[in-house]
Amino acid sequence: MEAFCAAAAAASQAGAPWAFNPCLVIDEGPRWATGVGITVALTALALVLGFMVALPLAFIRTQRHRVFDPLVRGYVYVFRGSPLLVQLFLIYYGLAQFGFVRDSFLWPFLRDAWWCALLAFTLNSAAYQTEILRGALEATPKGDREAAVALGMSPWLAARRILIPAALRRALPQMGNEAVFMLHGTAIASVITIQDILGVGRMINGRYYVVYEGLLSAAALYMALTGLVVLAVRALEKRYLRHLYR
Amino acid sequence: MKRIALAAALAAFALPAAAQDLKICVEGAYPPFSQVTNAGALEGFDIDIANALCAEMGKTCEMVQTEWDAIIPALEGGKCDAIVASMSITPERMQRIDFSAKYYQTPAKFAAAEGVDWKDDDAGMAGKTVCVQRGSIHQGYMEGVFPSASLVLYPTQDETYLDLTSGRCDAIMADSIAIQDGFLNTPDGKGYAFFGGDHAVPQYHGNGAGIGVRKSDPELRDALSAAIAAIRASGAYSTINDKYFPFDIYGD
Amino acid sequence: MNSLVGAAPLLLQGLWVTLSVAVLALLLATALGALSAAAKLGGGPVARGAAAAYSTIVRGIPDLVTMLIVYFAGQRLINGVAESVGLEGVEVSLYGAGVLSIGFIYGAYMTETFRGAYLAIPRGQLEAATALGLSRRRTLTRIIIPQLMRFALPGYANVWQVLVKSTAVVSVIGLADLVGLALKIGRRERDPFTYLIVVLVAYLLITSVSGWLFQRAERRLARGT
Repeated sequence: MEAFCAAAAAASQAGAPWAFNPCLVIDEGPRWATGVGITVALTALALVLGFMVALPLAFIRTQRHRVFDPLVRGYVYVFRGSPLLVQLFLIYYGLAQFGFVRDSFLWPFLRDAWWCALLAFTLNSAAYQTEILRGALEATPKGDREAAVALGMSPWLAARRILIPAALRRALPQMGNEAVFMLHGTAIASVITIQDILGVGRMINGRYYVVYEGLLSAAALYMALTGLVVLAVRALEKRYLRHLYR
Repeated sequence: MKRIALAAALAAFALPAAAQDLKICVEGAYPPFSQVTNAGALEGFDIDIANALCAEMGKTCEMVQTEWDAIIPALEGGKCDAIVASMSITPERMQRIDFSAKYYQTPAKFAAAEGVDWKDDDAGMAGKTVCVQRGSIHQGYMEGVFPSASLVLYPTQDETYLDLTSGRCDAIMADSIAIQDGFLNTPDGKGYAFFGGDHAVPQYHGNGAGIGVRKSDPELRDALSAAIAAIRASGAYSTINDKYFPFDIYGD
Repeated sequence: MNSLVGAAPLLLQGLWVTLSVAVLALLLATALGALSAAAKLGGGPVARGAAAAYSTIVRGIPDLVTMLIVYFAGQRLINGVAESVGLEGVEVSLYGAGVLSIGFIYGAYMTETFRGAYLAIPRGQLEAATALGLSRRRTLTRIIIPQLMRFALPGYANVWQVLVKSTAVVSVIGLADLVGLALKIGRRERDPFTYLIVVLVAYLLITSVSGWLFQRAERRLARGT
């Protein structure tokens, strides 16, 4: 084992185009683990917080509220029509230049790259989830709504018991896609100094002057995580969309 | 005298080969050594030295702006033939590439808001957010000697200055001259100053900044070393040096 | 305000880089998507396996990671191959890496678009074409391609919208696109906010205008249905 590591290290150090030193990757295991933790945390939190923001916004959209609906439409338009990277830069670099931001109570959060990233990802995901949930809610069969009224349910009870669960079921495939997109989106966090999976990969490349070890390992980790998400979504679909399968 | 003779001999070898194109990797984000003007042109101490050396060697040089992270792979991959980017000669880097003789040597220092009374040892910097350039000797030094500090890595040195002024960083550590001329002497650097002493540990900081070349290129390495000696002797070095700095940064 | 006006030529240059990368990448993605869809639909097990692997790998890795791999690792790989064959390596430029990686990524998404569009063509029409004695070429040009275009258009438009936004990431490898230039200038002027807002508005304009153009095209192709 030792001999293998030494040989791989030597080949990689010499800059050979075919060399890959797996021992280097494994040695930095703890750093990778932290990186995976950060990526997963960012993704999960952005999705969950985004959902919590998106659900009420989706209702505003379906009710066509006079004042709030145009505002929500504007928000969704901006966050879905522009790149996540630009949104992240605006929050991280843009806000920090203003004195009134630096003096406010928000500064302890906005000065930290992690919170800036979470804010940007949450706002972005909420915009996409709003549209997904809106589509799912509007696709509710009229009969379901009439039945709820006929049963004397209050709008809130109808929403909680009938509309939302059904809409979530309908939205499952698209939400699954959104989960994968968010996972991939978090890779951008490495650009603002966050040591997520890609951050660790690029740091390793810079430290040991290698190219493959850092990037390919990062790619493999992302693929593994994507696979897990896809499997999880498929399992959920099997359970909750059973009625659609033959 | 011997050095001049050696330089002349090597120059004589170079001349018959005609003005060959030599590609030089530079960074462009490390004032005052290497930066990009508003118009997009490269300027700085590193650039001037590179041009002077090329003139001395009788070759035409092309500057290739490269990201710091990718600069050694760029050299190995043939995107350029030499690296003139204030790269310190460290044992770790010597395993990958070769270096010419040094062309300057200055110590590293901490900088923070004026008037902080922190001690520049591990205990004194515990928990403080210190910002350094990713992949630099300062990252290695901080990780090795200041493990209790909270280290944040940036792709360029420039960005550490920005985040120091915005309050994201408590302190930065980098080459003292780079901080002095690239930051403290600029309008943004008002209210900031060095604290603590010089830091120069050969194991981490190496022995000065040299010109990186591929290990398979010993002739280029020697030609560059000779050219450095030549411009030191001819006064071309001090002309360039005095343009930027009030003292000779070659070190001893 | 003055500096913004002064920076306009440079920003327009960045906009040109962004748009040209996007369009070239779209062409590459279309070609790769068509090939891959053909492989999935009519190819043997090897072709289908390759297409499936292509899809899975590309859609499992973030855009930024793919781009970094194409630029850094790709260069090293090319050098290695060139060396072993005895040729001079080709240099992977920042621009080339951007176009190649984005085209490569979205080719995988286009595969599904084209595949779905082909499968949406009623089987009966193809059978009728054979019954009428139309040659394979005629069937392709008169029956398949027009309908394919109509069915693929919504998905194609979607992929374009995502693709054009992902071009922002090329700034991370150092290409002087709109985002990269705006950030550089913004930092120098100590006003990244203004310049980033300009970039935001530019992208909103691009996606809005694209969306409108594609909608018109969809309506046009759906005439007569």
